[in-house]
Amino acid sequence: MTAHGIAEPGSRALSGWQAMLRVVEGLWIWYRRNWRATAVSNVAQPLLYLAAFGVGFGGLIDASPHAAQATGGVPYLLYLAPALLTVSAVQNATFESTYPIFSAFRSQRTYWGITATPITPAQLVTGQLVGIALRLTVSATAYVLVIAPFGAIRGPGVLAALVFAVLCGMAFSAPLMALAAAWKKGRTPFAAISRFVVLPMVLFSGTFFPVSQLPRAVQALVRISPLWHGTELARGAALGTLRLWPAAGHLAYLTALLAVGVLLSRWRFRVRLTP
Amino acid sequence: MSDSLVQARGLRKWFGALEAVHGIDFDVQAGEVFGFLGPNGAGKSSTMRMIGCVSPRSAGELQVLGMDPDTDGPWIRSRLGVVPQQDNLDLELSVQDNLHVYGRYFGISRAAVRAKAVELLDFVQLTDRAADPVEQLSGGMKRRLTIARSLVNEPELMLLDEPTTGLDPQARHLLWDRLFQLKQQGVTLIITTHYMDEAEQLCDRLVVMDGGLIVAEGSPRELIARYATREVLELRLRPGARNGWDETLKDVADRVEELPDRLLLYASDGEAALAAAHQRGVQPVSSLIRRSTLEDVFLRLTGRSLVD
Repeated sequence: MTAHGIAEPGSRALSGWQAMLRVVEGLWIWYRRNWRATAVSNVAQPLLYLAAFGVGFGGLIDASPHAAQATGGVPYLLYLAPALLTVSAVQNATFESTYPIFSAFRSQRTYWGITATPITPAQLVTGQLVGIALRLTVSATAYVLVIAPFGAIRGPGVLAALVFAVLCGMAFSAPLMALAAAWKKGRTPFAAISRFVVLPMVLFSGTFFPVSQLPRAVQALVRISPLWHGTELARGAALGTLRLWPAAGHLAYLTALLAVGVLLSRWRFRVRLTP
Repeated sequence: MSDSLVQARGLRKWFGALEAVHGIDFDVQAGEVFGFLGPNGAGKSSTMRMIGCVSPRSAGELQVLGMDPDTDGPWIRSRLGVVPQQDNLDLELSVQDNLHVYGRYFGISRAAVRAKAVELLDFVQLTDRAADPVEQLSGGMKRRLTIARSLVNEPELMLLDEPTTGLDPQARHLLWDRLFQLKQQGVTLIITTHYMDEAEQLCDRLVVMDGGLIVAEGSPRELIARYATREVLELRLRPGARNGWDETLKDVADRVEELPDRLLLYASDGEAALAAAHQRGVQPVSSLIRRSTLEDVFLRLTGRSLVD
């Protein structure tokens, strides 16, 4: 084969790590041109919630001794701010890992273009997930920077809260990505997921009030919600109330969900892209 | 080790119970334009995807650029240029960003890919659209950009799956011209098409596929000589007035092919066949005598008219 000037195998192929970074770079080029539209809405939404509930509603309930007991004596604004960080990460993750993935398979078909190059479906999955994690981080950082001057943050613990929020978003993102990759035709279930999975999760995962206020049966159900685990971690980190063993449990749950999601996504991407 | 860039022996592909490719042998030599012809569902695209290392073979042997797609897929793909049947450009990026991003997937440096993009946009006449979003391009322009994109890694072998389907004649001719230039530069091209004129224009050698099998192989000229007569007489008859004519006309021509709208009479002398038909009382609405083309070969081999 040397007659055609073909080099030895491996000479031009990328390592797995480089290949994944190239996928992230491709996504980043899009983001660099379009970040305004997404960043504004991604930051504005939790801010509106924080203003309405944290400031407006919080002013009402901070006067009640019963409420102070439920929030551990923390002003409601401080109680709510890290939870909304996690909520926002999960909501953004839901969007980012459904419609764009579905479109990259079905209408734009860009994934087929990418896997015609040396990039493998597994590298594409990792790169896409890292790209989503980066965007969640950008939006979460912007939210923290905006709320900091208003006294909604207690200290540097918010940085750990930010990491936990992004982890929580990714634990939700990866399994959804597998679903979006498996969805070939017909009406997509994504709007229903937002309405009937994400919204109830936001309302009953301890975002606005402690889970202990719920009936026992519901409390058990809340434990499967990744948002509850993420909120416990983020709030605990932001307020400095995190305890080791519960934190390890929450981390283990979110990490396991992420790992299962990654494996499912890799499987669905491989089946779809290299039939 | 042979000199062929692609070598297949007993190559098969099945999806569950459906067998798309039934065991085919072929060789593609360096520098040639090799065509896969066949109706929809013949197994052309499945074969192309196996060569492109994005669909593992079910059985048989396959070597691409001397390597095995099962074990060296990424390495082989780094040397291929792929033009898929359906465009998969990133519609939300600009024309030049599409090339930049794609070049990076091959590990090409940013500086090199920028220089390459300028050259490629000039080659496909899209320089003045470089900054426009792909969404605004016409179908022909998107196709040209897809071809430019497939060249970003300076491929040794190009795979083009129905490259001109859906394009207007102008756009097709511009595309053919560019593909011909690539051939002149020594790039090996594998093309699937169901346009016979495209195959005749471009292919040095081709195989006709039907039902997952290769039913004929050769250059366009060889295939016409082997499977068709020198001339064809086309008779267009009044609807309903056709019954039985092919019986009457059987010994006028070597072979009679019945299409929905006309009869094709294969004969070495078309004028003589027409005179004989008139003698037997056939009064066609119109008649035409022409040279045989690949389309006639195709009709003979696959026994059906083309489905676009």
